[in-house]
Amino acid sequence: MAGPDAVELSRRAFLTTGLAAGGGLLLTLNLTHAAQASDPIAVVPAAGAELNPFISIAPDGVVTIVAKNPEVGQGSKTMLPMLVAEELDADWSQVRAEQALLDPIYGPQFAGGSMDTPLNWEPMRRVGAAGRQMLILAAAQAWEVPAAECDASHAVVQHRASGRTLSYGALATRAAGLPAPDLQSVTLKDPKDYRIIGQFTGGVDSARVLEGQPLFGIDTELPGMCYATYEKGPVFGSRVVRANIAAVKAMPGVRDAFLIRGSGPEAVFQMGLVDGVAIVADSWWQTQKALEKLRVVWDRESSPGQSTAEFERRAAALARELPQAIIRRDGDIEGAFSHAHKVLEGAYSYPFLAHVDLEPQNCTAHYKRDGSVEIWAPTQNPAPGRTLVAATLGVDEGRVTVHMTRVGGGFGRRLSNDYMVEAAVISKRVGRPVKLLWNRRQDIQHDAYRPAGFHYFKAGLTAEGRLDAFRDHFVTFGQADQVASAAGLPGDHFPAGFVPSLEYGQSLIELRAPTGPLRNPGGNALAFAFESFIDEAAHAAGRDPLDFRLELYGPDRVIPSPPRSGRPQPPFDTSRARGVLGLVAEKSGWRHRGELPRGTGLGLAFYYSHYGYFVEVVKASVLPDGTPKVHKIWAAGDVGRQIINPAGAYNQAQGGIFDGLGAALHQRIVLEGGRVVQENFNTYGLLRMREAPPVEVHFRITDNPPTGLGEPPLPPVLPALCNALYAATGKRIRKLPVDPRELRSA
Amino acid sequence: MAFAITVNGKKRSVKVDGDTPLLWVLRDELDLKGTKFGCGMSFCGACTVHLDGIPIRSCITPVSRVGNAPVTTIEGIGDSEVGRKVKAAWLALDVMQCGYCQSGQVMAATGLLKRIPQPTDRDIDDAMSGNLCRCATYTRIRAAIKQAAGLPTDDTREV
Repeated sequence: MAGPDAVELSRRAFLTTGLAAGGGLLLTLNLTHAAQASDPIAVVPAAGAELNPFISIAPDGVVTIVAKNPEVGQGSKTMLPMLVAEELDADWSQVRAEQALLDPIYGPQFAGGSMDTPLNWEPMRRVGAAGRQMLILAAAQAWEVPAAECDASHAVVQHRASGRTLSYGALATRAAGLPAPDLQSVTLKDPKDYRIIGQFTGGVDSARVLEGQPLFGIDTELPGMCYATYEKGPVFGSRVVRANIAAVKAMPGVRDAFLIRGSGPEAVFQMGLVDGVAIVADSWWQTQKALEKLRVVWDRESSPGQSTAEFERRAAALARELPQAIIRRDGDIEGAFSHAHKVLEGAYSYPFLAHVDLEPQNCTAHYKRDGSVEIWAPTQNPAPGRTLVAATLGVDEGRVTVHMTRVGGGFGRRLSNDYMVEAAVISKRVGRPVKLLWNRRQDIQHDAYRPAGFHYFKAGLTAEGRLDAFRDHFVTFGQADQVASAAGLPGDHFPAGFVPSLEYGQSLIELRAPTGPLRNPGGNALAFAFESFIDEAAHAAGRDPLDFRLELYGPDRVIPSPPRSGRPQPPFDTSRARGVLGLVAEKSGWRHRGELPRGTGLGLAFYYSHYGYFVEVVKASVLPDGTPKVHKIWAAGDVGRQIINPAGAYNQAQGGIFDGLGAALHQRIVLEGGRVVQENFNTYGLLRMREAPPVEVHFRITDNPPTGLGEPPLPPVLPALCNALYAATGKRIRKLPVDPRELRSA
Repeated sequence: MAFAITVNGKKRSVKVDGDTPLLWVLRDELDLKGTKFGCGMSFCGACTVHLDGIPIRSCITPVSRVGNAPVTTIEGIGDSEVGRKVKAAWLALDVMQCGYCQSGQVMAATGLLKRIPQPTDRDIDDAMSGNLCRCATYTRIRAAIKQAAGLPTDDTREV
């Protein structure tokens, strides 16, 4: 049950995060305090009168709504304003969404953990309702009638008794002069009255993207700007000894080339500034031509033991020993195994993965003569980037302005801000605005990788075919005795709590490469191992894998979740798990799978993560050369009582499923001597159109707070695929990516 | 060196080295930022433009090889009837997530529909599999191509 702890929320004085009635996360924004915050960079150009930091209304009725979080393709720049506009009773055709600057006035600003919805569902609606209340009061004052006699709808306030009306545009200036109401006091709509929430709403910037407008970070252009490339050592953490700087400087268009010293040995793991050579030129193509001439001597050309093959040998050796640490132990595991009717074991593993955002890492920075810094960055997590820039350059944070550009894919990579500090340092050195753009090799070879992992499972079954004992010796990665970023196994991970005797043990392999969260951190790896082995257990028990799971979850009940990063978490509701399992079984024809032709199989897997309950069924067979063929995928998800924007919701679910499918079929980052081998999409594959089967997505609406969809749909597809391949061929995939040679008919 | 090329119907002159890829001429010399850089080696299709009406990868096409052939980019594709329909379908079905690959997708899709006005699913697979979408919006890309072609968009296949 991986929680969204990828991002540590920064708590600010006027922000409190808590658990709302009904189990949802509630974030409270106090706009009165926020309006008093005196931040010199809190300048979002308001089109018209500003009712609060999120809402401005122009005399012509155009409503500008600030979207506070970065848009990385998750749809926040459309969805967050929809929440405000709904309760404001604005006319969506008159709404313009505007990306916020990084500013404490808006509270936490990040894209991660599928948290846009759970953190903003209620506060953004309250912001809109507060604006509506101010507009009604402004009209009441104009008419000298009680506010209670007035209503608002479709951007117009009406006095019921007299029938008089005033448009929002006409009222905005007067409303802006009124005190902001306490957000907790405002009344929210009955959901049956929603006109915007729940409607298929296209992305607010989509038309501009298709006109080729410069919205992305890579499109930033400033007067006097030059272009930069930054070459780091292929061995992580290596330092520059010397480089042929003079030869590089002699290349056409090159303005400067220089060594940059990193911030220290830990910077490589913290995604800070590390050693490298910067080349600055009049065009980016010229930086790449000069880069071909660059020869750097690094202090280390290889890192002993830091190879994928060596890690595999080390994991197998560790598995023969006792775990170095026990994460969780329930019941009497050895006793349960000795009494078990049947015992099975399985060794599972998965590789390192890169994020490969299609827009390569980049940032445009301008270190100005007055010592201030202005940044244009495609980042998911601008606040730590600003801190990193300020600390590295030795400037006050208040002197660093961060513009959040549209982001050409995040997937967790851009929670780190290494590209941001590099651009700022290079700009300071050359005294001009600089656009730093990584090439694809640099992007793949300098990532914060999804950690590889090894699971040595053992399960004990009763004579009735029930799961009675479960053990995982998880061999993962760390630095010294610390588990590497995104490389942990939560103690409450399923089936913990659902099996009488259970042990999760852990051993670490030293890793000298950075790791970090990738879309559904933890779940994107753990689901494959655990849900495949659960499927093995079901087959060993002679049970239908669906029935086996339904029985494991047991009767409908609510199981409390432990807090994560100090934040309370909603409980796990077995009725929601069983609900989506039943729904997908019905839609996929699961109970009739015996009628499928020989060689075609259905596989099923469930995963709960980021508050979302998702189950997927894959229908697959295998071509004669062993290549898996996916015929169709069915998904059922439960993210609460409201799908806010169906346009985004189905797209996220389908895309997340294909993302997982591509990882299962193609993706593997290989380390050799501390270097990443892969360089481009020819050796690191993404799913392509011809491999993308039809996907049916079904949402089960339950009376729970709405939660996010960026991550929960991804994990189940990996084990569902492998379970389908088992059903089709009798061959069990225990190592990712799927190796067609293992599936070839003999 | 100076090169005269025709982009979106306009004659343009640029002074760059002859090996400069058309992609960087468009983006950094002519300020047409809609064409995107993804891989630099023709693997991803984000840089797709039309040369003489045919989709090509501008990241591996030196400007010296363009010659007199007209170049069409995402900024100009809406001037053609097919391009206009493709863009309209893309918006109606809300295809994009991050949107970074989508100008390349639209250029590839327009190239397909100019060649085959009523494509089969196989035609779509063949024409579009060179264009990666990291957000994997393939379901909607397929549907939008069909919508632009006036075909039913529901995907009831089991492939």
